[in-house]
Amino acid sequence: MTLTTLLAQQLVNGLVLGSFYALVALGYTMVFGVVKLLNFAHGDLYMIGAFVGFLALSLVAGTVGTSWLGVAMSILLSMLAVGFLGVVIERIAYAPMLKAPRLSILITALAVSLVLQNGVLTLTNGQVVAMSPTLGFAGFDIGGVFINYKQIALAGTAAILMLGLEMFVSRTQYGRAMRAVSVDKDMSELMGIDVNRVIAVTFFAGSALAGAAGTMAGAYYGSVWYFMGFLIGLKAFTAAVIGGIGSIPGAMLGGLTLGLLESFGTQIPGIGSEWKDVFSFSVLILVLVFKPTGLLGKSEQERM
Amino acid sequence: MAALLHLNGVTLGFAGNIVLQGVDFTVDAGTITSLIGPNGAGKTSLFNCITGFYKPQSGSISFDRRAMLPLKPFQVTRAGIARTFQNVRLFRQMSVLENVMSGQHCRTSAGAIGAIFHLPAQQREEEKIRAHSVECLRFVGVGQDEWERDATTLAYGHQRRVEIARALATEPKLLLLDEPAAGLTKGEKGELVELITRIRDERKVAVLLIEHDTGLVMRISERVSVLDHGTIIAEGIPKDIQANPKVIEAYLGAEDAEAALAL
Amino acid sequence: MAAGKLDPRPDAWGRLATILDTPAKRGVAIALILAVMVVAPMAFGQYATVILTNALLYTILALGLNIVVGYAGLLDLGYAAFFAVGAYAVGILTTTFGWNFWATIPLAVLAAMLAGLIIGGPTLRLRSDYLAIVTLGFGEIVRIAARNLDITGKASGISGIEQPWLFGWHIARPVDFYYVFLVLAIIGILVSVRLANSRLGRAWLYVRHDEDAAEAMGINRVRVKLAAYVIGAIYGSIGGAFFAVNLTAISPESFSFKQSTLFLMAVILGGMGKIPGVILGAFIVVLAPEVLRDFGSFRYLIFAVGLLLIMLYRPSGIWPAGSKR
Repeated sequence: MTLTTLLAQQLVNGLVLGSFYALVALGYTMVFGVVKLLNFAHGDLYMIGAFVGFLALSLVAGTVGTSWLGVAMSILLSMLAVGFLGVVIERIAYAPMLKAPRLSILITALAVSLVLQNGVLTLTNGQVVAMSPTLGFAGFDIGGVFINYKQIALAGTAAILMLGLEMFVSRTQYGRAMRAVSVDKDMSELMGIDVNRVIAVTFFAGSALAGAAGTMAGAYYGSVWYFMGFLIGLKAFTAAVIGGIGSIPGAMLGGLTLGLLESFGTQIPGIGSEWKDVFSFSVLILVLVFKPTGLLGKSEQERM
Repeated sequence: MAALLHLNGVTLGFAGNIVLQGVDFTVDAGTITSLIGPNGAGKTSLFNCITGFYKPQSGSISFDRRAMLPLKPFQVTRAGIARTFQNVRLFRQMSVLENVMSGQHCRTSAGAIGAIFHLPAQQREEEKIRAHSVECLRFVGVGQDEWERDATTLAYGHQRRVEIARALATEPKLLLLDEPAAGLTKGEKGELVELITRIRDERKVAVLLIEHDTGLVMRISERVSVLDHGTIIAEGIPKDIQANPKVIEAYLGAEDAEAALAL
Repeated sequence: MAAGKLDPRPDAWGRLATILDTPAKRGVAIALILAVMVVAPMAFGQYATVILTNALLYTILALGLNIVVGYAGLLDLGYAAFFAVGAYAVGILTTTFGWNFWATIPLAVLAAMLAGLIIGGPTLRLRSDYLAIVTLGFGEIVRIAARNLDITGKASGISGIEQPWLFGWHIARPVDFYYVFLVLAIIGILVSVRLANSRLGRAWLYVRHDEDAAEAMGINRVRVKLAAYVIGAIYGSIGGAFFAVNLTAISPESFSFKQSTLFLMAVILGGMGKIPGVILGAFIVVLAPEVLRDFGSFRYLIFAVGLLLIMLYRPSGIWPAGSKR
């Protein structure tokens, strides 16, 4: 492979990877916007999405098969289920804690994450479950760079979802309400916005996206296990921070940036795949220390 | 009277809103100065600039002939400016005495080693912290029976006093009081006037207060500055401010018609 | 009772606190517990001794993490990193360089302090959510580094760590380590108590309860937080050092996120910031899996659910509120 084809291949890989990160980062950033909380359990919603997708695929296997249509349906089912789960979690665990000290709500989020992880751990006995959609390995070649249909479908679906979200946020009433709440919650309440509803819708949307990403990951990589949410949670957070926490376009940008960084980064001699995660975490720490508002974030002067 | 605190051309803005515009402002040593103005005029923001929590976009602030702008808030306090808050912010789940002791932190230095080994210097310092805090509590009139109680369980008026004691414990040269009379009864306000006067006379601390109770302001202040929409529109002795047409207009123009009538 | 409000006087634990209300009574209780701990190996046998030693190790680590989380209010999700630094420092210096164990301890502690300064310095001023994730990332970085570097033995770790001698006493049997850890735990408790009742201890609470007000009182919150973080690192590395020689072999799995969460659970279950509670939490975290042995991986789920319930209904842990720190 020549250098350009190598780099081009990494570009493709990076964009695919970045799509996952972007989808999950969006949920993080949206939730952070309205309740000012980093939902630790978000990565685990991705994991749940993968399992739900696995179950959904088995469910529809008999009727629509396990090819593209089957996968698409699994994604939809997963989005509904995980979105709903997100709302339930918010109502049970976070809503009562909003007036509590910061530390308490953070630990609660951690507890939810652990419950989800260990719940699935118990159910699956920690085994890696294989997900086998029949999507084939076909693709096409552009000048030595191989792009398969799965990758296109993935990036395409992610793009559609993100576009849908963007339109939802900018064109609909709920979207406007969401933006209002993320700027000033108390003022929004005074203006008659049903803040609880808005929060619930936000959680639904963010969780649904994570669920979709999880199902797609399961279908793409072929395996799901209880711990897969942990790493993606951290990476998605990194992506959200790179793009600017609280900013929706930022999350998309951050996700793609991180995907590309990782993809190209692993080609740097010495880094390789074992150190890939260390590389990403280091990026996270550097961004937080030197440019905590990220690429597109607004700087906060949150004081008395 | 030497100028203790001097603001020069301070301009502060957030996300497109100008909060303070070219503010020139002075507090002389050993005096009681008040800052008044309609709601939203920018008074608390001015306090936050002085204490280092907000960084103005332009202008300068000097205190005791030191430049204050590059300092972080805790350094501003160490330089000698202490404050109370509009909504009383005592440390929850800690006793009254512990709350006041926080003020002595910046005047002492014992660290982990001294604590772990109970070094004599550390023990002496703990004594000093306690003694000084007790003295501040006595000064503001909070009785011994309340010292060990959870600070947030005290009556509102007493909580305000504890906050003042806490600020005094930092051994300041200038004390900023943010609406100290809010929520006090008439009797408590009288006691507050007496306390502020004693702070100036007995402890030689200059006082700058933000206050909405214009009667109290006129009673106690040596100088009054009026802030409206981010600029100082008038400055002088209470008598002159009361008669100043610009001031009356600023208040009538806002919802504070009551305050204007009180003038 | 809604979460987040001050806990009202509770049930059975409250009665315990009211029974032990004078220093004399508390002194007797402490003496009794100490007596039990001293005779435990003889009374309960070898298996129990090993378990109790583990509980004492967790006590030391939980005390250290308590300073970070319970006193200073910093959510550290990567505490196992300091544990790892201590253990690996000892492992590497003794096996690769042939050092005497006792000589390695100051270096292990120094390494952890340095790590704490390097990570904490730039990041402790971040808001708490970000800090939590950064510490998580740091924990992962240390674990991954341990798993991939030659000097740390990669995935198989380091084995054959020599057990130390002290004035002719070979510290090698489980009962030997039991007493070593008991002494360490007691020292750890005393240090924590002294710190809690000092200027620094109060500063931690001020910063934890209201950072901005603390800053307005002239407290350098970053420095105060850093002190907590570094002291926590010291506890962690000492625990790790003795852990290494106790097991004579260490591998990266002992320093995972799961481990960090177990330490955190020990601190929270018992009551953040209250020393007797933290000790209790450590014992629960170690002993419960023994009791729940038959449940297999289900027991972690029980812990997680327990943690969630505690956060929702009794956020200051299962120790009564208002008891002595």
